[in-house]
Amino acid sequence: MAQSVHVTAGNSRLVRTQLSRRSLVAIAAAAIAATVVLFVATPLQGLVGFVLIAAVLYILAQTVISNHVEGRRAAINRLVTTLVVACACAAVLPLVAVLGFTIVKGLAVLNLSFLTHTMRGVAEQDPYGGIYHAIIGTLEQVGLATLMAVPFGLLVAIYLVEYSAGRLGRVVSFFVDVMTGLPSIVAGLFIFALWILALGQSFSGFAGSLALAILMLPTVVRSAEEMLKIVPDSLREGGYALGIPKWITILRIVLPTALAGIVTGVMLAIARVTGETAPLLLTVFGNPALNFNPFSGAQASLPLFVFGEAGLPNETAINRAWAAALVLIMIVLVFNIIARVIARFAGVRS
Amino acid sequence: MDEPESAKVSMARSSEAVPSPASQPPKTNGTQSKDMPQAKDLDSRPRRRADAVFRMLAQGSGVALLVIMAAIAAFLILQAIPALNADTTNFFTTLNWAPDGTPSSFGIAALAFGSLLTSLLALVMSVPVAVGVALAISHYSPRWLAGPLAYVVDLLAAVPSVVFGLWGLIYLVPGLIGPSNFLSTYFGFIPLFETNGTYGKSIFAASVVLAVMIIPIIAAISREVFVQTPRDHIEAAWAIGATKWEMVRTAILPYGRSGVVSATVLGFGRAIGETIAVALVLSANYEITLHILQPGGNTIAANIANRYGEAGNIGRGALIASGLVLFIITLIVNFGARTIVRRGEREGA
Repeated sequence: MAQSVHVTAGNSRLVRTQLSRRSLVAIAAAAIAATVVLFVATPLQGLVGFVLIAAVLYILAQTVISNHVEGRRAAINRLVTTLVVACACAAVLPLVAVLGFTIVKGLAVLNLSFLTHTMRGVAEQDPYGGIYHAIIGTLEQVGLATLMAVPFGLLVAIYLVEYSAGRLGRVVSFFVDVMTGLPSIVAGLFIFALWILALGQSFSGFAGSLALAILMLPTVVRSAEEMLKIVPDSLREGGYALGIPKWITILRIVLPTALAGIVTGVMLAIARVTGETAPLLLTVFGNPALNFNPFSGAQASLPLFVFGEAGLPNETAINRAWAAALVLIMIVLVFNIIARVIARFAGVRS
Repeated sequence: MDEPESAKVSMARSSEAVPSPASQPPKTNGTQSKDMPQAKDLDSRPRRRADAVFRMLAQGSGVALLVIMAAIAAFLILQAIPALNADTTNFFTTLNWAPDGTPSSFGIAALAFGSLLTSLLALVMSVPVAVGVALAISHYSPRWLAGPLAYVVDLLAAVPSVVFGLWGLIYLVPGLIGPSNFLSTYFGFIPLFETNGTYGKSIFAASVVLAVMIIPIIAAISREVFVQTPRDHIEAAWAIGATKWEMVRTAILPYGRSGVVSATVLGFGRAIGETIAVALVLSANYEITLHILQPGGNTIAANIANRYGEAGNIGRGALIASGLVLFIITLIVNFGARTIVRRGEREGA
């Protein structure tokens, strides 16, 4: 590499010619113009295709021209920079599209009556009906799952950080990682096979929350573990020096110190499982009517509602799906934002 | 800080006094003079028992987690066996799903193929973009933009899969008809892009949705590794006159390689297990075809969601058997990813 630097420095002035911003704008304009011509001349159509082809033409032209004016290394550098920017756009674009469409389509249907009515006796083409039953179902299922997964997950994290030194700890830690990759549908199938087929229970919100708890567990363990790990050892040693038993040291000193971070992790776990559909399909089953009792009988839930309505070949049903999706996204976002705010304003206190 | 400290001091005092007040003179509280009885106090029975109970509780939770993982495998196998026995055709090669018919006939071949194909295509599309995004956040964008960009990409991971499915069904599937038509007209000689002239819910659409969904996962992990590139490596590249790309190629990418690989494997695991979004954008059939642009295709997970409602006794067992296959695939994938991560950590350290 040093050699090539020497060569380029040798046969050019100290400051190499660079493409000006104005010439880049000109290249972009030419690329767009060429794309317009292409779309008029050939049967190509669609906004996505247009943007894609214009981008490809721009990158090609820029690289060729830059290669000619600035040299090969600068041209490759410029190409990669442009590609990185394009990648960032390509990643952000779907989010904007998904959120944008959901907000626009959802707001058209969303109103107070939609939030306070159920789908009992509502046919797919009826313009009324609502998601009250689904919101109740989702809140109960996620709430129950949190109640089960958080204490369990915390204990596992405490075991991993405070107690495990040997082989068992490594095995548990490894399987927490493996559990992170457990597909949500498999968690649903497991609860279905265990709770409904083997134990003969009925579909219920509780069955769903069992599946959700399994999905929450690794997230809670990992985040709590990370937080407990960064609690300074001096705090623990201080506790021991005062003769405080280990378990009280953990519960009264270590946990409170890491609390904010743990809460953040729990919030993110809640946000993640709130949007889960697949496991609920197999365990909660869905119900157009209101069922307050999560321990008996099929319940509704927001993701299931969206899935059900989206599958119907009917415009009003699909509009309902958009509105429910908007409510679902807002719930998930609220949990997410709470998590970030807690994380920002209170890390581990030390 | 102060509060728990003082609380624990008072707590310590009171708990020191409580266990065996009878064995001690009343005035020893907190003084050094009576060392031996105090040391005995620390080891007194009730306190040790509480400690042991808590330790058991924590350890028990760890063991319970292992039991859950074992139970998942056990119950899936248990419930799958009757259906597999009832299957009159080969489970691994049959291109059909009629478990409740007489005779019962179902097989995983087309589903497993569809799962692998959609996930691989999703990786092909998402890995370059995700690495690009990770680089953009870690080394290319100005600092004021890096934070928000990272946050937005993380948000992408928070959008529920059913919403991606809805978006894919209503906007992406129709939106891809044009590009699909273009690809098939001009590049139809490549088997992948060959079609029968119809377009719609296809493997291509499913892979695009999956790609969008796994970008944030791969990007987040890659970004974390890229950021950790030793300052020395980067400075060394600058010092010999490297351009930014040459710096990235010689310092950042080699350092982050194992991280990117394991992120890719994890993304693959996520893609292959994704259910609802795929179920909404695939038109289920049971053929093995490489023609990704035409309607068709199916995956193990999507098939479970689609056929669950109508399944009878054997049908449910059959779906559980397919879930077992999915479970095994993700187990292998995750084992692989974790092994790569561990090896990378060892080399890095």
